[in-house]
Amino acid sequence: MRGIKSPKDFYGGLLLAGFGAFALFFARLYPLGTAARMGPGYFPRMLGILLVVIGAVLMLRSLRLRGSPLPRWPWRPTVVILASVVVFGAIVSYVGLALSTIVLILMASAASHEFRPKEAVVSAIGLAILAVGVFIVGLGLQLSIWPTFS
Amino acid sequence: MELLNHLAVGFGVALTPINLLYALVGSVLGTLIGVLPGIGPVATIAMLLPTTYALQPVSALIMLAGIYYGAQYGGSTTSILLNMPGETSSAVTCLDGYQMARKGQAGAALAIAALGSFFAGTVATIMVATVAIPLSAVALKFGPAEYFSLMVLGLIGAVVLAHGSLLKAIGMIILGLLLGIVGTDVNSGLARFAFGVPELTDGLGVVSVAMGLFGFAEIITNLESVEKREILTSKVTGLWINKAQFKAAWPAVLRGTGLGSVLGLLPGGGAMLASFASYAVEKKIATDPSMFGKGAIQGVAGPESANNAGAQSSFIPLLTLGIPENAVMALMVGAMTIHNIQPGPQVMTSNPSLFWGLIASMWVGNLMLVVLNLPMIGIWIKLLQVPYRVLYPAILLFCSIGVYTINNTSFDVMQTAAFGFLGVLFVKLEFEPAPLLLGFVLGPMMEENLRRAMLLSRGDPTVFLTRPISLTMLLMAVALLLLIALPNIRKTREVAFQEEQ
Repeated sequence: MRGIKSPKDFYGGLLLAGFGAFALFFARLYPLGTAARMGPGYFPRMLGILLVVIGAVLMLRSLRLRGSPLPRWPWRPTVVILASVVVFGAIVSYVGLALSTIVLILMASAASHEFRPKEAVVSAIGLAILAVGVFIVGLGLQLSIWPTFS
Repeated sequence: MELLNHLAVGFGVALTPINLLYALVGSVLGTLIGVLPGIGPVATIAMLLPTTYALQPVSALIMLAGIYYGAQYGGSTTSILLNMPGETSSAVTCLDGYQMARKGQAGAALAIAALGSFFAGTVATIMVATVAIPLSAVALKFGPAEYFSLMVLGLIGAVVLAHGSLLKAIGMIILGLLLGIVGTDVNSGLARFAFGVPELTDGLGVVSVAMGLFGFAEIITNLESVEKREILTSKVTGLWINKAQFKAAWPAVLRGTGLGSVLGLLPGGGAMLASFASYAVEKKIATDPSMFGKGAIQGVAGPESANNAGAQSSFIPLLTLGIPENAVMALMVGAMTIHNIQPGPQVMTSNPSLFWGLIASMWVGNLMLVVLNLPMIGIWIKLLQVPYRVLYPAILLFCSIGVYTINNTSFDVMQTAAFGFLGVLFVKLEFEPAPLLLGFVLGPMMEENLRRAMLLSRGDPTVFLTRPISLTMLLMAVALLLLIALPNIRKTREVAFQEEQ
């Protein structure tokens, strides 16, 4: 968009205002109460209004004050790292800690520019043994080691 | 004399074998993550919080506190040997520490960093113990209006001393407060912003928020840049300082300790601010400032003492007022809440063994660190040779296991991933995540005190202005905001933070 001199502030303001608007939209459903007897909707509405105002000021200010351009977004690490964590969370209760650890380490290692498959395999197996040893044998956490079929 | 009795109680708790063990585990883990660049105390404490469920509350807090001050010891090792900060609070140590190492004085630099830290830790422990009683006595007289204003002051103070845009930081606080009240409202039983998701009725987890914003986001942004590490010396010899070095260093240690202890008390303060301020002071008062950046021992001794003193004295507002002043303390609030301890002035009277035990353990932990750390430097150097591409998947794994085992649900893991994404977004848009975390843990308390204050005043909002203590605190908050808005002070603040680069 033209006219935006500080894109970081503009989109940051948009983000905050968005959160504020979101909060205001849903806080509508909660009873407001009175100033003396505040309902569950009072404080969220206060915060929502403040956020919208701050976001709007940031956006307006970004039209005047010059700032640095938007940086490049690290897509590969973001997607790969977060996906490896989400997959781990989704499968750990079904396939057990050992296998899910191996999956997480292999996936996460691939996020780096310096990915070395062999090294990742060695580290995945080593960490699987370590994780089982520390968390299940050592700390006694309620996790299974191997897949459970029930 | 009362103080001695309290300390006796404290050491009685801290010196039990089990608590000695947890102090040791905490300090060694803290040193470890302090040495390793790319993982800080916030992410580590978040990672380990779930494993402390089964522990006694005092053991859990002793271990988690050990991580924070342990990290201050470890951070200096990386700064001195690698010219790259292991922790942000040791960033200034790179300037002179690395130069000392290049001149073959790595041993002396490491020794003064450890000894200075120990001295500072001892002084700060005594200070925590002496200041705690009068401060909590004052705080016990606070009503809801005073508490609300105190939180406003604490939050404003935290953003004034943080760097970056003031408006953005205030926005982050408000967003944090909003995230903090997700879940069931204690007064009405209504589930707010839960959208029918049962897991959300308990609120968002402090571990998920902290781990996502600090841990995951940091890994992702670290992966963008290609790593370059060069270890100067794989063998450090002569881990001691000579007479001339001692003579040059001790006044700096004293000044660093004093500065750190005071700056640690301020909202937004803590280890990082203390070390930067100390470096600036040392450089300013030096007889020959041109020595700085070329291996001046004062440039190591001052900041390294200051960051440890700051790390410890930042526990004071938490323990006496219940107000966290930085992200690490926010997590300590989370840890206390998990163990059903409401942080605040009543902890000292209702749970004296926990309170004094934690304080005594800080000194014990510092002693362990100074004894263990120097002989263990060989191990740390070995560890630094592990490349980041091997390290980060392991960090990610421990984070994921930690967050999964809180409730054994995959929902928590997804939630953390979502905060990880948000964290990267914040980094890219230049928003500091620490104010959000502070707001997050204070959200429910702030709402509760606002409600009570307004109930007592029958809906009259001037109650915050008519009660003198409350008014004073609000005026101080306004003064801080005005101060920062004045261009003059803003300039020096920018200069101070530029030393960081």
